[in-house]
Amino acid sequence: MNEQTDLLRIEGLSVSFPLWGGSIHAVKNISMRIRPGKVTALVGESGSGKSVLGRAVMGIETPAAQTSGHIYFNDPDTKERIDLLALPNEGRKMRSIRGNRIGMIFQEPMTSFSPMHTVGNQIEEVLKIHTVLSPKERQERCEEMLSLVGFSNPARAFNMYPFELSGGMRQRAMIAMALVCGPSLLIADEPTTALDVTIQAQILKLLRDLQSRLGMAMLLITHDLGVVASMADEVVVVYRGEVMEAGPVDAIFRNARHPYTKGLMAAVPDFEMPRSARLKPLREIEVDAVGLVDRKKHAEAHSDVVLSVRNVSKSFVTKRGGGFGLGASPSTLAVNDVSFDIRRGETLGLVGESGCGKTTLSKILMRGVTADAGEVSFQSERGPIDVLNARGEDLNLLRQRIQMVFQDPISSLSPRMTVRNIVSEPLEIHQRGDAKARLDAVKRLIRAIGLPENAMGRYPHSFSGGQRQRIGIARALALGPDLLICDEPVSALDVSIQAQILNLMKDLKKDLGLTYLFISHNLAVVNYMADRVAVMYAGRIVEIAPCDLIMRNPVHPYTKKLLAAVPTPNLDRPLDFAAIGQPSAEARKQWARQFQEDAPGDLAHADLGEGHLVLARRNVDVRELRP
Amino acid sequence: MTTKPGTDGDVLPHYVREAPFDPYADDAASGSSTLDEASQLKLMWWRFRRHKLALFSGIALLIMYFMIVIVEFLAPYKVHTRNMDHIFAPPQSVHLFHDGQFVGPFVYGQKMTLDMTTLRRVYSEDTGEVQKLRFFCRGEPYRFWGLVDANLHLVCPAENGHFFLLGTDRLGRDIFSRILYGARISLTIGLLGVATSFVLGIVIGGLAGYWGGWFDLVVQRIIEMLQSIPTIPLWLALAAIMPVDWSPLLVYLGITFILGLLDWTGLARAVRSKLLALREEDYVLAAQLMGAKSPRIIGRHLVPGFMSHLIASATLTIPSMILGETTLSFLGLGLRPPITSWGVLLTEARSVSVLALYPWLLLPVIPVIFVILAFNFLGDGLRDAADPYK
Amino acid sequence: MREMIRYIAWRFMVMIPTLLLISMLIFTIIELPPGDFFESYVEELKAIGEKADMQEIEDLKARYGFDQPMPIRYLNWVGGMLHGDFGYSFEYRMPVSDVVGDRLWLTILVSTVTIILTWLLAFPIGIYSATHQYSWGDYGLTLFGLIGLAVPNFVLALILMYLANIWFGTSIGHLMDQKYLSQPMSWEKFKSILEHIWIPVIIIGTAGTAGMVRRVRANLLDELHKQYVMTARAKGLHPFKVLMKYPFRMSLNFFISDIGSILPAVISGAEITAVVLSLETTGPMLIRALQAQDMYLAGSFLMFLAFLTVVGVLVSDIALAILDPRIRLRGGSTK
Repeated sequence: MNEQTDLLRIEGLSVSFPLWGGSIHAVKNISMRIRPGKVTALVGESGSGKSVLGRAVMGIETPAAQTSGHIYFNDPDTKERIDLLALPNEGRKMRSIRGNRIGMIFQEPMTSFSPMHTVGNQIEEVLKIHTVLSPKERQERCEEMLSLVGFSNPARAFNMYPFELSGGMRQRAMIAMALVCGPSLLIADEPTTALDVTIQAQILKLLRDLQSRLGMAMLLITHDLGVVASMADEVVVVYRGEVMEAGPVDAIFRNARHPYTKGLMAAVPDFEMPRSARLKPLREIEVDAVGLVDRKKHAEAHSDVVLSVRNVSKSFVTKRGGGFGLGASPSTLAVNDVSFDIRRGETLGLVGESGCGKTTLSKILMRGVTADAGEVSFQSERGPIDVLNARGEDLNLLRQRIQMVFQDPISSLSPRMTVRNIVSEPLEIHQRGDAKARLDAVKRLIRAIGLPENAMGRYPHSFSGGQRQRIGIARALALGPDLLICDEPVSALDVSIQAQILNLMKDLKKDLGLTYLFISHNLAVVNYMADRVAVMYAGRIVEIAPCDLIMRNPVHPYTKKLLAAVPTPNLDRPLDFAAIGQPSAEARKQWARQFQEDAPGDLAHADLGEGHLVLARRNVDVRELRP
Repeated sequence: MTTKPGTDGDVLPHYVREAPFDPYADDAASGSSTLDEASQLKLMWWRFRRHKLALFSGIALLIMYFMIVIVEFLAPYKVHTRNMDHIFAPPQSVHLFHDGQFVGPFVYGQKMTLDMTTLRRVYSEDTGEVQKLRFFCRGEPYRFWGLVDANLHLVCPAENGHFFLLGTDRLGRDIFSRILYGARISLTIGLLGVATSFVLGIVIGGLAGYWGGWFDLVVQRIIEMLQSIPTIPLWLALAAIMPVDWSPLLVYLGITFILGLLDWTGLARAVRSKLLALREEDYVLAAQLMGAKSPRIIGRHLVPGFMSHLIASATLTIPSMILGETTLSFLGLGLRPPITSWGVLLTEARSVSVLALYPWLLLPVIPVIFVILAFNFLGDGLRDAADPYK
Repeated sequence: MREMIRYIAWRFMVMIPTLLLISMLIFTIIELPPGDFFESYVEELKAIGEKADMQEIEDLKARYGFDQPMPIRYLNWVGGMLHGDFGYSFEYRMPVSDVVGDRLWLTILVSTVTIILTWLLAFPIGIYSATHQYSWGDYGLTLFGLIGLAVPNFVLALILMYLANIWFGTSIGHLMDQKYLSQPMSWEKFKSILEHIWIPVIIIGTAGTAGMVRRVRANLLDELHKQYVMTARAKGLHPFKVLMKYPFRMSLNFFISDIGSILPAVISGAEITAVVLSLETTGPMLIRALQAQDMYLAGSFLMFLAFLTVVGVLVSDIALAILDPRIRLRGGSTK
């Protein structure tokens, strides 16, 4: 038998944890393999046991974990075949493999580094453990590695502390650390889940490049089949600790047979989908908004524009990078001269990477943050309200007409209140009806988001992330608002749950005649939801247009980049790494001349017709913008 | 059944699991268990309950606090009863058998002789004299809570006999009874002191955390300042302010106030930092954006959020209060006789020469240690339970 | 580096208002008791049938501005302290600095030795407890520590004295042989101090060590569950080295910032213990001064002690800034 061809063979691996007397079986009898120089993707929802498997291979699961089975590692360097599970966890042999022959990167780039040591120190340490290089050689190797993962000044990066780097750069440093010994296998545990799509694309490109360049194999653990399509050679789909389907990437994507795999695939929003098509989540929710429909009546009656935003700006005083707060601190423009309208009944998508100012903007609209300048006008049934300066009755009315759905499903619900109290809180604040009427209203809302009535007596801790998000939506709907501001409502969720929430929101909008401002960093999600899309970059809206138009025919280079960065579960439409591999700030320098800003005031919105506006130089000819 | 990962080196065969598949198996919405409907308070209780030592300590403390209500009934003697013929009598042990015969709990009589060379009183057990203890008996009359005349005791010495479980002091007062009476002062002073610092801590720390700005800055500086002065010298200085002619009650309240006055800083800090953390939570922001007014946000969201933590940390500061009282009284700057607290009792043991002869004078320290340990365990348990989602 | 110097300068500047506030508080406290030293002094003399030298008293009163309003007296006191004049002890009829003399240094000596001992003990015990969580060793050490916390300092002193009395028949106490008391520092005197100092150090240090072990354990346990520990293990680092380089390094910061809380506690403990053991430190004198309303002596004592802790906290803050890059480079709090 040809023993040496598989790099890693996992046979009958089971992992369980003792819990409250019983035990939880996180991984049940899984077998899989990783071939040298190839990428195997391990796909599943959160809680499917895929990360446990990754940690078990490294032998860094908690000592409480009970494992059985075999993990054979065929080291191509030594030609040895070792059962990793049979080795003592902290023994010399296991440690000589860990970090040396097998590297690992984690989901959270923010917490994976010690804040007390420099990046260089932490990377160099790996070499110190596994090689006999001199300190000077070690530093050279580290800097080489840092430049390989995209640090333009590796010598400087070597001496920086992790907290001085952005999330994306930290993940790059993490990769450098995992690869500095030249392992033959890299375990990447959700390496991009905590990142924006644009940065995700950069990191994926980097991983792909390094993987082929260094000839190493990779175990890519992810919940996003879109990522898998662009990266993997072989795919293993797990659900509740068991393999549902496994095979070469072609077979999985072109001929998925297991309902779970099909479900995961159907849940990823895709640009090729017809606009009227509907995502099919694994678990569909029955929306029953019948009881809420009466709220629809006051819509339509008034002016077409619900919210009109004009020239809003907001700057923050930033803490200086290396200061103790003495001396003048510069301020950055988080929101820079932003104007747009939201029409009644439409969904306006607001897209941009983190830090572009979209959350600040949403908080300004909710009166959570005060703007420096600009005007926002809300069209209520009592006439227009000046949002930024409203007080008393007007503000009270605003607080009922505009509601917010938050990103974090855990932090947005008070752990001390039952679902019933959470959903009825807005009714209590605005003294709607008596206790009985409020209870009826809560019942209707709970039905509307597809939860059983017994959910009312339960506490948030007993719900999953997606269910919590639905409760958040019910709370936002309680007062029968006109406008819902949704700040990344699905970014913290698995792709499979994401589709469910998106469908729910679509259905509710249709049934209740709502208006959405839908904020996201993922253009595919916005494409699925929005009628019009505004793209935001560095505090400004760089392009705004009807959804069809912007998706078919984007004009601004940043929009194009965002479009290219979205991973889809389609082998024929892989990520275009050439277009998206650079950090946005770098890519900006290569934008065409007509989009560049040399001095403040250079840029203005050029009208391309059909409501399509692009931020470009003032004097530029509209035809020049079309490629 | 085992999945086959494919033969080595071959193209991976397309494997599909045949077993039935239920996408809703993970969905918690389907079932409803007691855990789901448990309030946070219930979760905390469940978690606290697992902490056996804390649970036991809590129960022990409850019993002790109940005991101080009925001290008059429990103590065989009154707090100031002097037995002039039993000065510095050593502890008597309780026996059950006399001459191999069961007689029930009793003590032997004590015979005192004066050692003329050392001028010491020497007590010896008179094994001939069996003094049977009486239970639920009529004994020394007292005024219950200074209101009702009564003479019922849990245990009394035999008629014309004596019962000094822990010995007597230089005035022949029963130390066991005095410890029981002392508990009344020592245990409540910790509680009242914490109540004082609790109120101060919540109000000041809460305002600092909620308002922020200059108020926060000033409060922070004041806290820093108070924390950098060593507590005991400051207590001493403050205690020295109290005029000698104050009534016992005033002194008691004064000491309580002093202890609380210097202790609030830790709690205020805890409240402030917890508030700042809570304000970052989306659900608080959500309430604000829904139009909730400050009282509602504070009452419904912030206070419940930090209360459990606060109670836990307050519990952990009670020991330092009790220690503080004991220390101050011991140094003669705290409570003074006729008030009887554990600290006051310990002043009797102040000099080593006395201690060497009458070591039982140090016995009041045992309840001090016990109570402090119990509060520490209880506080640890509460703190662990305070955040059931951790 | 420039940032560092700026930070230290800023930290020094913050210290000044803190000390000023403390001095005001202390002055208020020692002024609060009704009456003054002279009243009780005259009363005392009257009680034993003697007449006080009223002229001398009037002189002293005038000299120390007892007829002046409180703010003026406060300014005089603070102004004097800036010149090294700490006022006059009425009871000893000597300038405060002469009365205090050695005692202050001995207080500092006892406190420093105690803190060092506390660290030396608390570090390894805390690490052991955290890494062997829920083992018998952990339980034993935790219980031992709790008992250490629960026994009041003065009781510990009494027990030690009692045991010494029973076992050796000698009385322990004092910081040195009495014959060296007023002598200048010499080798013999130093040796005598060393012979005596361990008892107060044990007594004062017990509670501090116990408290610190608990805090180190809790802190280390928090750190042990952080993601970066798993990263370090994934590198193949030896578990012990992982522990020492990462979580331990993190809790070192916590340790240093803990000086701020341990120093006042140690000084408090030292004062009490000093009374019981009749040590030649500031403790007994402070209490006597407070009782006799010898206000300058008491006030200056309190001020010394507060100054000690403020400086201790300053040193710990600066050390922390040097050790913690997050403070050094961002000036932010570490949380």
